[in-house]
Amino acid sequence: MTQKIAIQVDDLTVAYNYKPVLWDIDLVIPEGVLMAIVGPNGAGKSTLIKAILGIIEPIAGSVAIYGEPYKKQRKLVAYVPQKGSVDWDFPTTALDVVMMGTYGSLGWIKRPGQKQTKAALEALEKVDMLSFKSRQISQLSGGQQQRIFLARALVQNASIYFMDEPFQGVDASTEIAIINILKELRKAGKTVVVVHHDLQTVPEYFDWVTFLNVKKIATGAVKDIFNDNNLTKTYGINYKVAVNK
Amino acid sequence: MSITEYFNLLFTDYTLRTISLGTSVLGAICGMLGSFAVLRKQSLLGDAISHAALPGIAIAFLITGAKDTNILLLGALVSGLIGAFWIRGMISKTHLKSDTALGLVLSLFFGFGMLLLTYIQKQPNANQAGLDKYLFGQAATLVESDVLLMVLVTAIALVVVLLFWKEFKLLLFDQDYANTLGFNTRVIDILITFFIVLAIVIGLQTVGVVLMSAMLLAPAAAARQWTSSLAVMVFLAALIGGFSGVFGTAISATQNNLSTGPVIVLVASFFVVVSFVFSPTRGLLFKQIRLIKNRRDLQLKKTLQFMYGIAQTHENIDHPHTIRILNNFQGFTKKSLRKMEENQWILLNKQQWSLTLKGFTEAQNLFNQQTQHE
Repeated sequence: MTQKIAIQVDDLTVAYNYKPVLWDIDLVIPEGVLMAIVGPNGAGKSTLIKAILGIIEPIAGSVAIYGEPYKKQRKLVAYVPQKGSVDWDFPTTALDVVMMGTYGSLGWIKRPGQKQTKAALEALEKVDMLSFKSRQISQLSGGQQQRIFLARALVQNASIYFMDEPFQGVDASTEIAIINILKELRKAGKTVVVVHHDLQTVPEYFDWVTFLNVKKIATGAVKDIFNDNNLTKTYGINYKVAVNK
Repeated sequence: MSITEYFNLLFTDYTLRTISLGTSVLGAICGMLGSFAVLRKQSLLGDAISHAALPGIAIAFLITGAKDTNILLLGALVSGLIGAFWIRGMISKTHLKSDTALGLVLSLFFGFGMLLLTYIQKQPNANQAGLDKYLFGQAATLVESDVLLMVLVTAIALVVVLLFWKEFKLLLFDQDYANTLGFNTRVIDILITFFIVLAIVIGLQTVGVVLMSAMLLAPAAAARQWTSSLAVMVFLAALIGGFSGVFGTAISATQNNLSTGPVIVLVASFFVVVSFVFSPTRGLLFKQIRLIKNRRDLQLKKTLQFMYGIAQTHENIDHPHTIRILNNFQGFTKKSLRKMEENQWILLNKQQWSLTLKGFTEAQNLFNQQTQHE
């Protein structure tokens, strides 16, 4: 494969308190893939993303984004946290949340202007939420909140997108809308990494997959490694998924 | 003295004007910064910090032996900051939940402060009397230089809030995300915490250690009820805080010199109660009214739909039916029938009802209307 490497993780180890959450993870993610991270609860899927993004300080290991440390490459990376990680009763509007995606490029103190507003409105349009721009975020449904979070990341116009369980608690139409946007991102050459729970949809949505359970079990193309063997290794039970169609 | 006399005196009496200006400025800065504390779910942080300031006052007095307000408040600032960052450290370095850390620091510092105060009172120093005013505050002791300090701190806090508005909002809403955008959230956090401590410290002389946290929380909690915009909330909280200061001072000055601090806090709490009950969108009263109205409305429409089903069994929709037929349908009352007649959905004739054309079309579109509202 002659693809460029988007993300390279070496020897990454993370522990809360004493118990390791991630153990010695080596991971190479090529550019332009749409990758699912799968694994049981407590496998460290969200932690892996947070450690790559520097939100959690790892005990050991390093992360490179296009060959450079993450701190130098921030502008290339966008993050969509779990929907439940923020208080949706916060007094603000949908447009305002999406505008936050422009704050990184603005830097300290500088205020967003017309250019930023325009970018935010375009992102809202992409996720089909333009008519909700002035809506209080507490008045949005779970799926709409997820779309707003996605729009906020789209505004960043990054090369790599990390998403933490974007399909959690959203309805079918939002799920399809989101996956279509992700597929479009891939088509545009972006790399998308998604913490994912629904094994049934992995072959349909993703072309790349990483099995994780504290240690990395396997990583590679879905068509090569998404099989009973790896599922059993990851989940500890014989997981029958209809992949051999 | 009556309230009108007070407002007349406000323009002529120097002392009263100084105190009123002081309490209103204090209310404003506390309302503004308190909004941030409330939205960060750190409502009790103010309580812990204000109690943590007490030993600083006592130690500053022990070292200097003088009761210079600025020096005592400097001591309060130092020990308040130590308390605040101790809490932060405890939460991030140990398993303790934030309420435990707050409670520990609060009681530890307050206990130590009280110990020092009693020790000072036993000293043969004529100067010691009056330190206990920092417990419950004594607005009457405010002089022009104190008020000037308050105005200065408030002005600086205002500039900082305006400058770092975007960063503050980002940190309040989504700290992890702020991190990934490259903002040093620790710096923003320290900045907010520092100014909250500063606001508390300048309020100690007026409101006192014990009640200070109410000055931070009450205006912010009240303001949150009226708006869903952060900017409006912060502005409104400052306004409510400032009003509470002025009104509290007015009431305390006119009613037998009631202690000013508690009165200000009570006025602010009154704003909270009013806001929680009467706010049009989030208030309990209107929420309940909307709820009842919605239920009635839906019941009425369900009854109409039921009638529609019956009417459809006949060729002409206005065929009269007996009311008894509705008896096994829940949610139908004589009152709702009369209401439906008022809406011209049905015609009532003795013990019979018949659907009107208006009622018929209304019933046909019911489901569509109901789902479009979503």
